[in-house]
Amino acid sequence: MRRAVSIAVAIFALAAPPAFAANSTNPEADFKAFREYFTQRFPKVPLNDFVNGPYSMDAGLRKQWKEIDAFPPYQFAVDKGKQMFTTPFKNGKTYADCFPNKGIGIRQNYPYFDTKSGKVVTLDVAINQCREANGEQPYNYNKDDMAALTAYMAFTSRGKPFAIKIPNDPRALAAYQKGEEYFYARRGQLNFSCASCHVQNPGGHLRTEVLAPALGIVAALPIYRSGWGGMGTTSRRLRSCNSQVGAVPFKAEDELYRDVEYYLSYMSNGLPISGPGARP
Amino acid sequence: MRIRALIHLVVILSAGGLATAALAASADDFKAAYAKAEAANKEAGALKNQWTATVSKLKAAQAAAADGNYDEAVKDAQHAEALANASIAQAKEQAAVWKQAVIR
Repeated sequence: MRRAVSIAVAIFALAAPPAFAANSTNPEADFKAFREYFTQRFPKVPLNDFVNGPYSMDAGLRKQWKEIDAFPPYQFAVDKGKQMFTTPFKNGKTYADCFPNKGIGIRQNYPYFDTKSGKVVTLDVAINQCREANGEQPYNYNKDDMAALTAYMAFTSRGKPFAIKIPNDPRALAAYQKGEEYFYARRGQLNFSCASCHVQNPGGHLRTEVLAPALGIVAALPIYRSGWGGMGTTSRRLRSCNSQVGAVPFKAEDELYRDVEYYLSYMSNGLPISGPGARP
Repeated sequence: MRIRALIHLVVILSAGGLATAALAASADDFKAAYAKAEAANKEAGALKNQWTATVSKLKAAQAAAADGNYDEAVKDAQHAEALANASIAQAKEQAAVWKQAVIR
């Protein structure tokens, strides 16, 4: 009898799904766990300060940043972006005609999931959609004009809390999960994931760089990076990370890049937009 | 006696030369090795996980072949194939285990 019970238990155990399979995608639970992880690991860092990336982790670096921010290196991009934003297209319309609230103070709502196309739309993608709808050529997604325009739009949104929504649509949840998978999956010859640096080692050093925490990491984008000697968009940042770990980057605004931005922005919900930012 | 030694030397050197020629890689060897490496890298691309090192080795193989150095070209192509296979293995493994890294 005991033997029969043991066999039955063993069969049941084998038939039961593994523990991790039971963890179906649950953005709300992910959000809670993500936030708790960082706030418990860095209890002295005020929640809203996580958006300042490496400066929230390192006092010396923070001091340098405060000095630099007296004459912010991204200011030229903000000024250029403002001029671009207000200059009409050839058809007389402007960016204000494409966006809610005439495009001012809306950065915190991007990316969003577009139920018509079934894809994630980032602010950068929305800008190019606006341009093409008005007969203009799309911008390069990596830097220059796109970085300037998004810098201005982020600047008008400073302090506004991220408000990313996941609509009740299985495609939206799938996009979120793809972004989550991209974030945690290791890649490249160095076998690093985004999480290897920004979850497991925030505040640590990679050579002279202080690693930023993943919480709020998208709030400062676009950024001026001293290492680049100029501005860069979210796509540029992601492509650069790929190269650093020995992975071939995707094309800018690839669907996976959009999905990981969606995931990270959702994880940053409630934290204030701080972009454009400046980083070493 | 001296002539005999000289003949021996010539025979040995000729045999050595023939052996080297037999071992040297050809353009066809390179093409075959490169095709295998390229196919593996294409598979890695479909899994969205190509490595920069693979691309570098493929380029190096092409450059060596263009210089007529097929030994080196085959070596680089085989190295590229090994790297591409490692990137495929990584992608497949990560597709199964990434959830274990998620913050819970």
